Amino acid sequence: MNDLLNALLMIMLVLNLFTLGSSRLVTMIRIVAVQGILLGVLPLLLHENLSVPVLIAAGSAIVLKGSAIPAIMLRALRDAQIKREIEPLIGFLPSLLLGALGTAVALLFFGQLEVVNQHPGSFIIPTSMATIFVGFVLLTTRFKAISQVLGYLVLENGIFVFSLLLIEAIPLVVEMGMLLDLFVGIFVISIITNHINRAFSSLDTRKLVSLKE
Amino acid sequence: MLFLLVLFPLAVAALALVVPWDRWRPLLLPLLGTGHLVLTIVVLVLPLRLDYDWVVLDALGKLALLCISVLYFFCSYSAVAYLRYWKDRPNRIFTACFSGLLGLLSLVVMSHHLGLLWVAIEGSTLISAPLIYFNRNKLSIEATWKYLLVGSVGIALALLGTFFLAYSALSGGMQVTLSLDELIRGAPGLSKTWLRAAFILLLVGYGTKMGLAPMHSWKPDAYGESSGVVGAVFAGAITTAAFLALLRVYQICQAAGETAFASLLLLILGTLSMAVAGLFLIGQKDLKRMLAYSSVEHMGILTLGLGLGKTAFFGTLLHVVNNTVTKGVLFLSVANIQRAFGSKSIDVVRGAFRRLPVSGSLLLVGFLAITGSPPFAPFVSEFAILKGALDAGNFFLAGLFLVLLLLVFIGMGNTVLKAVQGRFPPGVGDTSYRDTLLSTAPVVGLMALVLLLGVSIPPPLRTLVDDAVRTLEGQP
Repeated sequence: MNDLLNALLMIMLVLNLFTLGSSRLVTMIRIVAVQGILLGVLPLLLHENLSVPVLIAAGSAIVLKGSAIPAIMLRALRDAQIKREIEPLIGFLPSLLLGALGTAVALLFFGQLEVVNQHPGSFIIPTSMATIFVGFVLLTTRFKAISQVLGYLVLENGIFVFSLLLIEAIPLVVEMGMLLDLFVGIFVISIITNHINRAFSSLDTRKLVSLKE
Repeated sequence: MLFLLVLFPLAVAALALVVPWDRWRPLLLPLLGTGHLVLTIVVLVLPLRLDYDWVVLDALGKLALLCISVLYFFCSYSAVAYLRYWKDRPNRIFTACFSGLLGLLSLVVMSHHLGLLWVAIEGSTLISAPLIYFNRNKLSIEATWKYLLVGSVGIALALLGTFFLAYSALSGGMQVTLSLDELIRGAPGLSKTWLRAAFILLLVGYGTKMGLAPMHSWKPDAYGESSGVVGAVFAGAITTAAFLALLRVYQICQAAGETAFASLLLLILGTLSMAVAGLFLIGQKDLKRMLAYSSVEHMGILTLGLGLGKTAFFGTLLHVVNNTVTKGVLFLSVANIQRAFGSKSIDVVRGAFRRLPVSGSLLLVGFLAITGSPPFAPFVSEFAILKGALDAGNFFLAGLFLVLLLLVFIGMGNTVLKAVQGRFPPGVGDTSYRDTLLSTAPVVGLMALVLLLGVSIPPPLRTLVDDAVRTLEGQP
């Protein structure tokens, strides 16, 4: 079971690097959707006996992160009629290398940590930290509003990976609340990106600089 | 009964979505504000059951709930005046979000489960975003975007911190949990490393929501571009709820014997916030951005007071109340002035005394109050915090506190005096808007509270603050 878990976590890490290296926004959205589905599947591997609440949580995570949120984002992208990220602050290849470096550091540093759980030797904490790092890289170096939202989603995915260690601590109601917050958040942000696009004829956040001292 | 405090505002929000008349819909707000205040008083006075599994209204929660409910009561009447003024704009979303926000904030103050607390705080961020966007122009889009992105990332870090906290229980060999009471009870067994990491992340996360420097970048933009009534709710109610979240984390750290570590970080961020606010207040031309920086300053004062420890707890908690009511006065009076001049920049706003005698005076008196002049309420609490610093033997911080308060007084005073005194230039920024009973009465009411609390604290409130101090100290 642990091997399978670690294999899936490795896939998460590879997907992270794909998001950094891809310039096509549609591809990025799809990759983040696949990550979301993986995140929905992972809790099923960790539970010895599957109960109804676990299935509900996993099912809604898969539906929301794998299809509903990507659908909203794709729609926002279609409305904005853009396809590619413009040249980011750090180029695609350098940011890919930066992400790889961050992942390596996370694996080396957090891999040493004693994971007190029924899953010794798993890569949950390093994967979580590396994913959060990649999310921050996307958030800070990309200029299109949609890429920044994707960065936020990757960041959230990283945080949800960490929550795999704490499945017993998070009751179903709270987990549902978290998913709902995320969904509504993306929904509201997409509406705002739509308005940005209409008001500024662009999704370039560098144009949002009127408010300053 | 307890759950009504959450469900009633949400029900009003749902009703606001259904009511088809823009003209009459805003009247739901006074109904909401009054109803919620009555419910709050009933819950505070009657011996009801306040203790459910994850939903517990303790003394700290009661204090925050009272602040939020009182502020909402006054703001709900101002909101009617505001929406009347903009009667050609659709107000469905505004009314619904304004109501729903109160429900989520009420949920924040009674959450004794850190996951639920996070869900409610994140929910309050999302539901308040459309309030900033009410003006629907380029500037308000920019402000909303920054608010959503910075706020969401900050709160995401708070979620990670929450998970770290649960993991510190696991790592310390306890049953994994996110229940506040269980975490406090088992605090000595928490893994120290994870607890410290959790505290940093939660401080950054909920500090972003409070608007502590250096995470305050969204605040001047959001407060500057939203209406005064929204600014009042942001600076008075949302910040109070976010500070309460920080208090919860502090309670755990204290029970775990990590007060020294937490205090150091709180003192640094608190002082930094006061200093940053002071610097940006010097030469500030925009009245609403000025109020935003004043809010950063007062969040700094609260954080500093918490960092000073037990001797300053009373002053800090009292300051939560005083900051809430005074910020209401300031934002609502500036909103009236902005409407009368069609601008919030002191390049245009001059001689507000003459054009708006009531709102102009309220702004001046509100400024004196918020900068800690006697006999107003913030003077009492800021003095108590200062005394707390001296009692703790922290003379350097006490001195720095006074210097920073002086800096803020000079900076704000310069801007406010320019706005209220003198004669307005003819022809510039003239509108037909003048003070009305509906637009000024709520502000006068809040100002009366500021004065009352400054002259003498009513015994029931004193008891409530004393109880809250005991809860914060970890006494039963």
